[in-house]
Amino acid sequence: MFRPKQTYSRWKLLRVLSAEFKESFLMALNAVASHKLRSALTLLGVLVGVFSIIVVMTAMRAMQTKIESELDVLGGQTFAVQKLPGITFDRPDEKYWRRKDITLAQGLEVKKRATLARGVGLEMNFPVTEMFSSYAKAPPGVSLTGETPDSFAAQNWILHEGRILSDADVDGLRDVCVLGNNLAEVLFPAGSAMGERIKINGIGYSVIGVLEAKGSMQGGNQDNFAVIPITTGFGRYSSRYQSIGLMVQSRDLASFDDTVEQVRGVLRALRKVPPGGEDDFEILSQDSMMQQINSLTLAVRIGVTLVSSIALIAAGIGIMNIMLVSVTERTREIGIRRAIGAKKRNIMTQFIMEAVVLCEFGGAIGVLLGVIGGNVAAHFLKLPAVIPFDWALFGLGICSLVGIIFGTYPAYKAANLDPIESLRYE
Amino acid sequence: MSLICLKNLSRRYQMGEETIHALRDVSLEIERGEYVAIMGPSGSGKSTLMNLLGCLDTPTSGTYELNGTNVSEMDDNELAEVRNREIGFVFQTFNLLPRSNALRNVELPLIYSGMTFDERRRVALEALTAVGLADRVTHKPNELSGGQRQRVAIARALVNTPSIILADEPTGNLDSKTGDEIMTLFEDLSRKGNTVFVVTHEEEVALHARRIIRIRDGLIASDEAVKH
Ligand SMILES: Nc1ncnc2c1ncn2[C@@H]1O[C@H](COP(=O)(O)OP(=O)(O)O)[C@@H](O)[C@H]1O
Ligand SMILES: [Mg+2]
Repeated sequence: MFRPKQTYSRWKLLRVLSAEFKESFLMALNAVASHKLRSALTLLGVLVGVFSIIVVMTAMRAMQTKIESELDVLGGQTFAVQKLPGITFDRPDEKYWRRKDITLAQGLEVKKRATLARGVGLEMNFPVTEMFSSYAKAPPGVSLTGETPDSFAAQNWILHEGRILSDADVDGLRDVCVLGNNLAEVLFPAGSAMGERIKINGIGYSVIGVLEAKGSMQGGNQDNFAVIPITTGFGRYSSRYQSIGLMVQSRDLASFDDTVEQVRGVLRALRKVPPGGEDDFEILSQDSMMQQINSLTLAVRIGVTLVSSIALIAAGIGIMNIMLVSVTERTREIGIRRAIGAKKRNIMTQFIMEAVVLCEFGGAIGVLLGVIGGNVAAHFLKLPAVIPFDWALFGLGICSLVGIIFGTYPAYKAANLDPIESLRYE
Repeated sequence: MSLICLKNLSRRYQMGEETIHALRDVSLEIERGEYVAIMGPSGSGKSTLMNLLGCLDTPTSGTYELNGTNVSEMDDNELAEVRNREIGFVFQTFNLLPRSNALRNVELPLIYSGMTFDERRRVALEALTAVGLADRVTHKPNELSGGQRQRVAIARALVNTPSIILADEPTGNLDSKTGDEIMTLFEDLSRKGNTVFVVTHEEEVALHARRIIRIRDGLIASDEAVKH
C-alpha cells in the first residue's frame, strides 16, 4: 500500500503541471468572484494603467497608419524640397519664416542641373474661391495646384484620359487644366470632361486630361482637385513672392541618396548658403518624415509610459495589499490544503495565479476600453480605425507581470505559513 | 515489519526561557489494520502525537519510521507527498473549505496527487457514497449537519486510499448519537483493513477501538488491548 516516492515521467509531469495550472486558475476565479467589490476596486488601478497605454497607442497607431498611407504618395524614390518643415505641432519658428522663398527661377535651375534625377516637378498651391463648369459647381474643399510635367510621375498621378501638362503648356502659360477624377465627375456629370471648359475664379480653362481615381480610403476626398501649369497660376492666384515646392524623383532606389545630395548641393549654391552653413530649405522623404513624426511623438510616448508605469506600480501595491489581507483571511484554508498534501509550491502557484487573474481582469477591460477610446479619438481626428493587436498583447503581458511581481510576496508568505498554526487559526 | 515505528520520539516547544515537553521519548509500534484510541487529559500531548504521525510536524528528537521509511529525514515536499498519499486527517472542527461543495472538498487531495478530472470526479463520488452522502454532493458545508460535515471530511480523508487515518477528537463537536454513527463508520473502515487512530476524551467512544493508548504529560501511561 505504501508507494515509494513517486517519480513522474515527463508526460505525466506535464499533465500534472497543466492540471495544477488549470486548478489554480479555477480557484482564482472562485476567489475573485467571491469578493466582487474588493476585486473590482483592486483591479481599477490596473485598468487605468493599461487603459492609458492602449488609448494613446491606438490613437497614435491610427495617426501613423494615415501618415504612412499619405507618405506612400511620395514612394520610396521621391522626395520633396520646400521652404518650411513638413510637420510642426507648434507654430513654425521665426528661423523658418526668415528663410528666402524658393523661387520659380531656382526651381527651373535645379531641374536643369540635377542630372541624377529622373524628373523635377515644381509645384505651388493656389487659393481658389470658386470653380464651376456650365453644368455644376465644384464640391467644397476643392484645391488648385500649379505643376510642371514631371510632377505627375512624382505624385504618382495616373492619367485616366486625355494628356498631362506639357512643357509647352508651362512655357506658354496656357489656360489648360487636368482634373482629379471625382472633380471631373461632379463638374461634368453627363459625359466626358475632355475638351470642355471650366472657370476658376472667373478665368476660363480647357480640360486636357482627367486623372485615375485614387479613392477616398480614409474619408476625405483625394480626387477633388484641379491642376494647371505653375506658370499660368503664378501671377494670377499668388504673389510673385511665394515659395514653390519641388518634387524630385530619382532614377532608382540605389541612386536616391546621391540624387538628394545633388539637389541639395545645387540649391545651396543657387541660394548662396555658405559652406558649413545649415540648409535654408527642407528636404522631405518618406524616411525623413517618418523620423520626424517619430521624434515628435516620442515625448508623448515617454509621457504615457511614465504615467502608466506609475499607475501600474500603484495598482501593484494595491494588489499586494489585498493579497496579504486575503492570505490572512484564508490562513485556515491554507492549513487545510497543506494537511491534505499541498506542497509549498502549490500554495505559491495558487496565490500568484489569483493576483494574475485579478490583474488580467483589469487589464482586459483596460485594453477593451483603450481600443474603443483610441478609436473614438481617431474618429474625431478623421483617422482610420485600427486595432493594435501588438499593444493589446503587450498590455495584457504587463498585467501578468504586475500580478506576478506583486503577488509573489503574499504568495511566499502563504506558502511558508506553519500548517499546524494555520489549522488552529480562527 | 510494523507499519509505524516510533523510537524515543520527543517534541519540545521553546517558549522564551521555558521548554515545554509536549512529548517525551515516546516509543511505539503499530501494525497495519490496527484501530487505536488515544486518550489523555487536555494538554497531555495527544494532538502533538497525531501531528507527528501525520507528518504535519517533525520531531525534535527520535525517529519515526513509516513502513520502513525514516520520515524524520524527509524534506517539506516529501512530507507533503506522504500526507497526500498515506495520511487521511479528520479534525474536530471538520476543516472543510466553506465555499466549496462536498464533491469539491473531497476532490481536493486528488488535485494535489495529479489525478485527471474525470477520474477525480468518479473516485470522489465513490468516497462520498461510501460514507452515505451520495445525495448531498452539491451541498456546501453550511448546508449540511455536523454529522454530515464530518462524513464529508472522512470521505476526503479516505479518497486517496491512505495507509493511516488520523482523527483528532472527531466526535468532539457532535451529539452522542451522531458521534456513535461516526465511530461506527471508523469501525467499518478498520474492519476493511484501514489503520485508524482516534483521539477522544470519552471512554465509550474509546471502547469502539481495539487498543487504547493513554498519554499523560507527554508520556505513554498505558497501552492495552480492549477486550470485547
Ligand atoms: N505551538 C505550540 N507552542 C507551544 N506550546 C505548544 C504548542 N502546541 C502545543 N503546545 C503545548 O504542548 C502540550 C501538548 O499539546 P497538545 O498536543 O495540543 O495537547 P492535547 O491535544 O492532548 O490537548 C501542551 O502543553 C501545549 O500547550
Ligand atoms: Mg488536542
